[in-house]
Amino acid sequence: MLFFSYFKDLVGQEVTVELKNDLAIRGTLHSVDQYLNIKLENTRVVDQDKFPHMLSVRNCFIRGSVVRYVQLPPDGVDVDLLHDAARREARGG
Amino acid sequence: MSWAGPEDIYLSTSLASYLDRKILVLLRDGRKLMGTLRSFDQFANAVLEGACERVIVGDQYCDIPLGLYVIRGENVVLIGEMDTEREELPPHMVRVSETEIKRAQKVEREASELRGTMRKRMEFLDFD
Repeated sequence: MLFFSYFKDLVGQEVTVELKNDLAIRGTLHSVDQYLNIKLENTRVVDQDKFPHMLSVRNCFIRGSVVRYVQLPPDGVDVDLLHDAARREARGG
Repeated sequence: MSWAGPEDIYLSTSLASYLDRKILVLLRDGRKLMGTLRSFDQFANAVLEGACERVIVGDQYCDIPLGLYVIRGENVVLIGEMDTEREELPPHMVRVSETEIKRAQKVEREASELRGTMRKRMEFLDFD
């Protein structure tokens, strides 16, 4: 639940999602759900030449199970808040 | 995938916003399917009408028609909404026939298999 809540707060931010098939997609975080499925808007592929089929795709739904990383802007993260939330979650709260 | 009420549809990860639109589905085995999304569920299972597989080898591509498809959600990597006002592919790409693309696929597959066996031989000999 922690990361679901965390991503909900990040809606509207620019992120880069790197998938397990090495595809990296940059876009605005539109929504997230309990499975950490991600919907991105205004997407563009990082290495466009390697993935020509994605050219006309501007919005996409990414299945949570295929995500390797979600790259965030460094100033978009409140590390202390996240730290506290993790400690609370670990305590069983 | 969350089941959204009618007012949540604009904020949720529901695939409802892609219904009856042209979509691109990337599968775990690397295949790219295109078609009109007619149905979906919480597992990202999807029904694609007028589906075709877009096979790309280098600068060549071919769309192989498949008909009505039901895709099991566990194979889905990504579902993208294709903007019909934009170019689907870069202009330098050439459309070829199905036999031509299958031949190109075979060549590419044999080349990567050869690279694989060469690498295995080198690893066995402990070369770096």
